[in-house]
Amino acid sequence: MAIQNKPTGKQTQLRSQIWSRKVDRLMPFVFLAAATIPILTTFGIVATLLSDAWRFFAVVPLSEVFSTNLAPLRAEPSFGILPLINGTVLTSLIAMLVAIPVGLGTALYLSEFTSARVRKIIKPIIEVIAGVPTIVYGYFAYSFVTPLLIKLLPGLGAKNVLSPGLVMGVMIIPIVASLSEDAMNAVPGSLREGAYALGSTRFEVAGKVVMPAAMSGIIASFVLGISRAVGETMIVSIASGSSKRFSFDITQSMQTMTGYIVEFTSGDAASGTTGYYSLYAVGLLLFIFTLALNMASQAIKRRFRFRVG
Amino acid sequence: MDMSHATLNMAANDALKRRLKRRKRLDLVMRALSFAAAVFSLVILAIVLYRVVVQSIGWLNVAFLTGKLSMFPEKAGISGVILGSLLLMVIVIPVTLILGVATAVYLEEYSRRNALRSVVQTAIANLAGVPSVIFGLLGLTVFSRFFGLGSSILAGGLTLSLLVLPLVVVSSSEAIKAVPQFLRDASYALGATKWTTTWRVVLPTAMPGILTGNILALSRAIGETAPLVVLGIPALILRSPKSLLDDFTALPVQIYYWTLDTVLTPEYAHLAAATIIVLLVMMFVLNGAAIVIRRKFARRY
Repeated sequence: MAIQNKPTGKQTQLRSQIWSRKVDRLMPFVFLAAATIPILTTFGIVATLLSDAWRFFAVVPLSEVFSTNLAPLRAEPSFGILPLINGTVLTSLIAMLVAIPVGLGTALYLSEFTSARVRKIIKPIIEVIAGVPTIVYGYFAYSFVTPLLIKLLPGLGAKNVLSPGLVMGVMIIPIVASLSEDAMNAVPGSLREGAYALGSTRFEVAGKVVMPAAMSGIIASFVLGISRAVGETMIVSIASGSSKRFSFDITQSMQTMTGYIVEFTSGDAASGTTGYYSLYAVGLLLFIFTLALNMASQAIKRRFRFRVG
Repeated sequence: MDMSHATLNMAANDALKRRLKRRKRLDLVMRALSFAAAVFSLVILAIVLYRVVVQSIGWLNVAFLTGKLSMFPEKAGISGVILGSLLLMVIVIPVTLILGVATAVYLEEYSRRNALRSVVQTAIANLAGVPSVIFGLLGLTVFSRFFGLGSSILAGGLTLSLLVLPLVVVSSSEAIKAVPQFLRDASYALGATKWTTTWRVVLPTAMPGILTGNILALSRAIGETAPLVVLGIPALILRSPKSLLDDFTALPVQIYYWTLDTVLTPEYAHLAAATIIVLLVMMFVLNGAAIVIRRKFARRY
């Protein structure tokens, strides 16, 4: 009996074949299920932001939302979003004033003015800068750059817009540099050689031939950099403070959209209050801004890609 | 007549020479400027590292690494904080590895070039650009509140997993794409099914690339602060986490709170700096591992 029950080699083989065929038929659905996670995540983000932002907009009139009066914790709270947008735009503007010239200069140097050997050394180091956690830059802005700037500008506040803006610019340099350099590298060598044959200097080749040809990629890198600046959170949360006044004085504290979200979730907002829902309204706006910038960046790159070459 | 012609010629020649000189000077200036730009970020990086190291000297020692959190800067240690970051990885590694690789396998091996595939790809491209603080809001709503996970390690780990998933999918897709077709054909010729081919041939061949991408994503995840702060990780927890459902604090979060509180206690700046060193060393080790794997195991066909 016992011997009969033991499956023969052939039966085992057959069984494992049937099993393997079953698995083979099942696996596509497993992979498909996994692949729906990114879709579900996207949907989840949009749904959570919309549903809770909706509750905010149901209570707060639009005239209040688009005002400069932001005082979420007062007895009679007011939820004007313009101070946050102002803070975000100003910090991003300062950041791009650093990141665009330095990033573009770096890209020019790496792509046009140096040897492959030097590029091989410098490029990875610049990529390290992009890998440093933003909290480290926040610490650096607050405990080093701000005290340094106060020595130069005595009126500067301990929390201000200038210092995190500058440091954020440093953080964005690698994004601008690396994407612009990719665009410049993609310019065919024959264009450069043609210009050199006409007696151009290196800078003339770079400025009059390579950069115009790579312009779409360069602009796309700027737009992506702006998107990073708008979404950057920790540097501004630490170094730019939480003042909700509407002003253009970059020596003083201002809050960004991201800073508002961080300040409010770290315990201030009880679930179900208008203040709590205001987080999602700000989050929704931030999501729309960055999504629009990212899509614009992709569109610019795609649209003008085939003009040269 | 001849004379004036010659002077005219000479004048033109002079103008040309002057112009050439100007062009060459401009070229030199611009090259110097672009060199300065390239060096600028390196200098800043050096200053950041120098500053952090100097601030942490005298504070980063064995007692700090093995001690427990404390209000008093001299007594504070970050063993529980390090444990929190390590436990986060315990969640992030399997979740991103399984979901990321499975999604990549779907995109590269199983999907046809249909609408669903491009929807998945668009979703991944867009998610990669969503600010991390928004992922914090998603985690707060879905994991913390809806599933009742609060500000536990599980909630934090799942949130970070979703955040870095696009990176893992993209790098895994690249690795799978690089597997040459003849290996698949050989497997099919031996009678293997599609799944067997994927599991026994494609994935092992792509594994170095997949691991490299995963480790880099992990290194990004352990440095993320904003999503965890949004989940409401408390400022000072004096106990170490015991299970994945416990509240916790992680290295970047602790750096954040210590930096903010330097207004009250200036010595916290040193604690923040010492914690930054620990975080950077962890990231350095991870990145080093990724480079070693890529160098040692990556095969070219």
